[in-house]
Amino acid sequence: MSGYSMHLLVCGGTGCRASHSEEIEFKLRNELEKRNLEDTVKVLSTGCFGFCEKGPIVKVMPDNTFYTGVTPGDAEDIIAEHVVLGRTVSRLIYEDPSSKEKVPDSKKMGFSKKQLRIALRNCGFINPENINEYIAREGYMALGNVITDISPEDATRLVKDSGLRGRGGAGFSTGLKWELTAATPSDEKYVVCNADEGDPGAFMDRSILEGDPHNVLEAMAICGYCIGADKGLIYIRAEYPLAIERLKTAIKQAREYGLLGKNIMGSDFSFDIELKYGAGAFVCGEETALIHSMEGLRGEPSLKPPFPSVKGYNGKPTNVNNVETLANVPIIFLKGADWFSSIGTEKSKGTKVFALAGKINNVGLIEVPMGTTLREVIFEIGGGIKDGKKFKAVQTGGPSGGCLTENHLDTPIDFDNLIEAGSMMGSGGMIVMDEDDCMVSVAKFYLDFTVEESCGKCAPCRIGNKRLYELLDHICSGKGKVEVLDRLRLMSEVIKDTSLCGLGQTSPNPVLSTLDNFYDEYHAHVSDKKCPAGQCKDLMEYFIIEENCVGCTACARVCPVNAITGERKKPHEINQDICIKCGACMEKCKFDAIIIQ
Amino acid sequence: MGKIKSLDDLKKISKDYKKGLDLREKSSHPEELVQVKVAMATCGIASGAKEIMEYLDSELEKRAIDAVVTQTGCMGYCYAEPTIEVTLPGQEAVVYGNVTTEKADEIIEKYIKTGEFVDGIIPRNYETI
Ligand SMILES: Cc1cc2nc3c(=O)[nH]c(=O)nc-3n(C[C@H](O)[C@H](O)[C@H](O)COP(=O)(O)O)c2cc1C
Repeated sequence: MSGYSMHLLVCGGTGCRASHSEEIEFKLRNELEKRNLEDTVKVLSTGCFGFCEKGPIVKVMPDNTFYTGVTPGDAEDIIAEHVVLGRTVSRLIYEDPSSKEKVPDSKKMGFSKKQLRIALRNCGFINPENINEYIAREGYMALGNVITDISPEDATRLVKDSGLRGRGGAGFSTGLKWELTAATPSDEKYVVCNADEGDPGAFMDRSILEGDPHNVLEAMAICGYCIGADKGLIYIRAEYPLAIERLKTAIKQAREYGLLGKNIMGSDFSFDIELKYGAGAFVCGEETALIHSMEGLRGEPSLKPPFPSVKGYNGKPTNVNNVETLANVPIIFLKGADWFSSIGTEKSKGTKVFALAGKINNVGLIEVPMGTTLREVIFEIGGGIKDGKKFKAVQTGGPSGGCLTENHLDTPIDFDNLIEAGSMMGSGGMIVMDEDDCMVSVAKFYLDFTVEESCGKCAPCRIGNKRLYELLDHICSGKGKVEVLDRLRLMSEVIKDTSLCGLGQTSPNPVLSTLDNFYDEYHAHVSDKKCPAGQCKDLMEYFIIEENCVGCTACARVCPVNAITGERKKPHEINQDICIKCGACMEKCKFDAIIIQ
Repeated sequence: MGKIKSLDDLKKISKDYKKGLDLREKSSHPEELVQVKVAMATCGIASGAKEIMEYLDSELEKRAIDAVVTQTGCMGYCYAEPTIEVTLPGQEAVVYGNVTTEKADEIIEKYIKTGEFVDGIIPRNYETI
């Protein structure tokens, strides 16, 4: 064994770094050296503990003592008291905010419970290419129980009672959807898994399929039993080759074990699954378009009703569910509807997986109980904003969602609260923006996506979104007038009201929510022709401060369009009509004489 | 493998594998076995997880350490890929992030051989049911 009998783990996450964790490390080492303990106790830095609010963190191993709010000045006490005398430094111990009790052992602290993995429970735990590891985690046990002991009606009721709602966007009751599909009489029915995952920035469905494919297969079989289908289809985008490979392996293994195919586990129930590949169009994630695409038709949506539960794939009743929705199903059968409905908020049960991206420190995939606040997600689990900048907004729900602001940070996240706040859950993409992001440009970015992805079948979406994009482009380039803001809103509302499918019905949301929450920023673009965040190139000017310019000519020499003139050793000038705002001059200037206005 | 013909068959497999049948097959001293899991989702692989897995696999064998290296899915720490989870016998699993081949070498030499932690630990920040 090593000579070290103790380890001091100092959080090196960005949040703790900003509050001097490096200095703490240094001081701890110093104190150890003073006592000749450097070969017995090792100090090392770790990644983020996800407890940034109470940082900096020092954890002592092997006894698991967790010190919070440590300052460099505390290093001496930690070494002298804890390491040498074996006494915990009680003033640094975490105090449970509700019980006011000191909790020294990190295992007994509540904070790691901020994240609860249900849908992702096997991801990163089992080998996804080994069915036995899944079975060792009670895999296929729910299916076995259901087909041997429970009637389809009772099983469906259990899903309904659990309160599970669709994770694909709309949040429709999963049990109710199964009930509706079950109630439509037909000789043939289908279970479809929607693995199109078109929201840019979301990748939870991919991660589930890559990390725990059997979970989804099992859920589809259970659904098949409940609604009376013997065939399942997974619609997956061809851009997910690894997920496809793992699914193929999983299907093969399940067939070999007889967990898919005829007379599963000796019962009368038969069920098999086939993969269908999509070409990665956003609109093909919409269930009717998805079904048409699987039928070999153009990936265009059609009017609902009839809903797929009545008339879906090949005109037969079809139950479409999202990957993450399905990933919750087997465990609900193993642990019960009451267990599931005990997690979350009144109307949104269970957990939700979010893909954290943008200006956030801990970019990653997280799963939290419904009702967790945006603040907890962004500042505790996500480790806060990059480079110590100020939080400005968070976009949830992708191109169909909206931007939420500081005022919403303490809103508990669930389906209904997000809609009320002017956004939506969507598939769970969460893009964090800081003070440098221009909200008009953000809206424009999403509209650009929508215009690209609109299938063109209905006019409001095809033409309206394009016009909306043009208006935003005008505003960003300083050509918009104040009246344009009213047009923007009016047009957004018309598109929402008159589009054929969910794509057009939600695509103006990024515009509306930024108009609501950042009206001043829009106003600055149109009335003052200024972009407060300094992002819109057309609205800024590079400018030489006369007093600072020594006339070294460095800027003039790098200007690619010869917009800078002036005599040697005399202040230079930028011709705004020629300047293309590339910024090369500012980078070159050694005298801080060039600024953006 | 044979077909599972009843719920009882399934339960038997579950029980066998829960006891670590797989691990026992791979080692004569399962209680001394080191387990290494490499997060191999698309993001991990894109950051070099495959290379790390191959490296660990061959180096552990070369250095005669009784270990089993397997792949797993995404642990969620995208900002620190590639990530690996190391479980020493009788101890709690430890996750290391931003693993390069040099880091992997250090993990083998220090953490796996002597139990000494090295820089780069990613504290686990979730509960799993
Ligand atoms: C434009 C658009 C794109 C969509 N993309 C997806 C998607 O990528 N994945 C998904 O599961 N659902 C997507 N949906 C929602 C589906 O239409 C459908 O509601 C969902 O698959 C139902 O499953 P759930 O009840 O389990 O959520 C999209 C909807 C619209 C309008």
